[in-house]
Amino acid sequence: MKVISRRELLRTAGAVGAAAMATDAFPVAAPSTSQTTPPSGAAAAPREAYERLTATESDMLEAIVARLIPTDANGPGAIEARAAHYIDRALAGALADQLEAYRAGFAAFDRYCRLSRGKPFVDLSATDQDSVLIDVESGSATGSGAGFTGSSVAFFNMVKAHTWQGTFGDPYYGGNANFVGWDLIGYPGVRTMVTAADQQRLEKNELTPNHRSAYDFDGFNKATARAASHGDQHGD
Amino acid sequence: MATNLPGTDVVVVGLGAAGGIAVYPLAQAGLDVVGLEAGNVLTKRDFAPDEIRNNVRDWPMAIQKANHEVPTARPNAQSPTTRLASHPMMNGVGGTTLHYWAQSWRLNPWDFKVVSETKRRYGASRLPAGSTVEDWPFGYEELEPFYDKVEWEIGVSGQAGNVSGKTDPRGNIFEGPRKRDYPMPPLRWTGFIERMAEAAKSLGWHAFPGPAAINSRSYQNRSGCMYHGFCNRGGCHVDAKNSTAVTTIPRAEATGRLKVVSRAHVTSIDVDMRGRVSGVTYVTDGQEFFQPAKAVLLASYTYENTRMLLLSKSKPFPNGLSNNHGQVGRHYISHHQGAGVSALFPFDLKAWYGLPAQGVAVDNFADDNFNHGDLDFIGGGNLWVYSDRRPLGAANMNTFGRAPAWGSAWKAFIKENADRSNTSYIQKTTLPYDTNYLDLDPQFKDPLGFPVIRITGEYKENEQRVAAFTQDKMEQWYRAAGAIEVLRTPVGGTMMPTTHSYGGTRMGDNPETSVVDRYGFSHEAPNLGVLGASVMGTSGARNPTLTVQALAWRTAEHLAKDWKNITA
Repeated sequence: MKVISRRELLRTAGAVGAAAMATDAFPVAAPSTSQTTPPSGAAAAPREAYERLTATESDMLEAIVARLIPTDANGPGAIEARAAHYIDRALAGALADQLEAYRAGFAAFDRYCRLSRGKPFVDLSATDQDSVLIDVESGSATGSGAGFTGSSVAFFNMVKAHTWQGTFGDPYYGGNANFVGWDLIGYPGVRTMVTAADQQRLEKNELTPNHRSAYDFDGFNKATARAASHGDQHGD
Repeated sequence: MATNLPGTDVVVVGLGAAGGIAVYPLAQAGLDVVGLEAGNVLTKRDFAPDEIRNNVRDWPMAIQKANHEVPTARPNAQSPTTRLASHPMMNGVGGTTLHYWAQSWRLNPWDFKVVSETKRRYGASRLPAGSTVEDWPFGYEELEPFYDKVEWEIGVSGQAGNVSGKTDPRGNIFEGPRKRDYPMPPLRWTGFIERMAEAAKSLGWHAFPGPAAINSRSYQNRSGCMYHGFCNRGGCHVDAKNSTAVTTIPRAEATGRLKVVSRAHVTSIDVDMRGRVSGVTYVTDGQEFFQPAKAVLLASYTYENTRMLLLSKSKPFPNGLSNNHGQVGRHYISHHQGAGVSALFPFDLKAWYGLPAQGVAVDNFADDNFNHGDLDFIGGGNLWVYSDRRPLGAANMNTFGRAPAWGSAWKAFIKENADRSNTSYIQKTTLPYDTNYLDLDPQFKDPLGFPVIRITGEYKENEQRVAAFTQDKMEQWYRAAGAIEVLRTPVGGTMMPTTHSYGGTRMGDNPETSVVDRYGFSHEAPNLGVLGASVMGTSGARNPTLTVQALAWRTAEHLAKDWKNITA
């Protein structure tokens, strides 16, 4: 009997014990690419609080999402969208059952970086960071001697899916800050009414993005915006 | 010990697409009805345009009873089973009609007569080996008045293609004759849908708008559709989606004859010593109740209809209710909705604000609408191109081999292409086979300790050939409209749980090959009726809901008309 539950898949993502984390080995500086952290005078900018992730974990996550959807000539990326903050907040709520998969995954990820590249992820060049992520994505960071004892693919897919949610999801959940994700893909925004004339304007590139969250509209019940996580499926 | 409740005329188990229809003709006929529904009451305030909640976190489906009883699945009796974490059926007053796509097709006449029509046109040898397919006990003409009632009662938008034998090229010229038009014109089209329609015409195919239980203008004091783009797995924030929750259920309640009991989890259908149904047992908030009734209509979805019968064992029915002929669970079909085709275009499709029921259909390659003489299969598929896009879904699009899955190159790709892809929906004839069936899983149980359903089933040669054939046609259509890349998914393997699930309590005249008679009542327990696609013996090449609703109306009307005999 083989049971494919998302939770099980994620549990096997990083079976390395959390004890393997070297929590003192990471610099404490906020990611330099962040444009949303206000400057605060002197050298050590105060770290923005995370709800669930440790400083080490959040630094690693910020560095990962910065490579997945980079800030580049095409504009802001996952850092500006605050995707890592979306993930952190979700891990305290709707994605709480995946916190352990993140913890174990970060530990394995860190071990893999040190074993294979001799440095923690945050200290690697962008090119080396990308090559680590390719290893984790393809599953080659898996196996004895590598960081992941389970498949690294599941960890990669989990982080990627949540990074996309935190970049392109409704800002109500703490990501897609300043609608940077929606602007990137040209989404003209959440509306509760789209008339035939609106559709005509859209087709003539004359519809202005409205930059609103679903819950900026009156009358919707917010209490329902909390639930367990499942995959997308056909819903007809 | 269950608390005995006062008796009623009819208990309807499940107030979704089917039960939500049946309660109305029953109440209109003056019968007292108790409607038991496992889910809650939801209203338009609950339906925010929220992709994270609806499409990622699966609200409200994830929190439902239905998701505690997700079936296991295996391709054949020799293989291990797998189990998905969830599936999209939901509980709630209105059931899955709260969030469905609302495509509301009638079956084509051929779907009722697959066996006799195939023999007549091609010979008996063309019926696939191992298939248990039968003609329905009646033809399309018998169901036409009930299709008509449902279309007008709940409200269906569409363009008729055949009114009383007179074809209209603006609609589906292959449909069976209908008595009158749809009550509302079709949903509007976008520029891209127009383009696809033109491309179909250039190929000599017939393109037309599909029918939808969604208001294209205000109807019965409810709003027209707002086209806001969150219809797919979302309820309607203006009640323009014609769920039974906003149509027939409140109308039945207004007669004073229907009592709705929500959060009622039915655990068994009970019988007396004569083998007649005496009522149902249900649990709500940890308390057990017995609701006596003169007749019971089982109106859950296919898996739960089958499971409820198999779990309701008694002296007269030691193998499950209405299963003394061993037919419960047989003739199972997961509609072949997979084997999709996607395309990439070199221009924006402007698809951000649409809905899956808004689109263009081609029926030339469905059913027996084309000559199969030189082909090696029977049946076919309906090709459907629709307008449906949300931002996270767009950002997760396939890159068609043109970019990696992340990083700066991906970002450049998605900036240009997020609004340039389209995925078609091809629903295919799917036949029943003797080796495809439902039974109780020997291992997995729901939280109350009852086994879940196990699907044993796979798409056979006929289904896979239909899939490959329709994929060719779909690719041709996309290319004619200017697609620069086309992708296909595999032609079929294991049957997984789906909203389009048929069989398990098939309808027929022969108790050796069916569970319910031509009116939907048990061959063995005559005051038990079954509603839903579980009674359907063929899938057709289109969505089942309207057929389910027409059948539910017909069964309810028969119960009211033949009340004395059925409840004697």
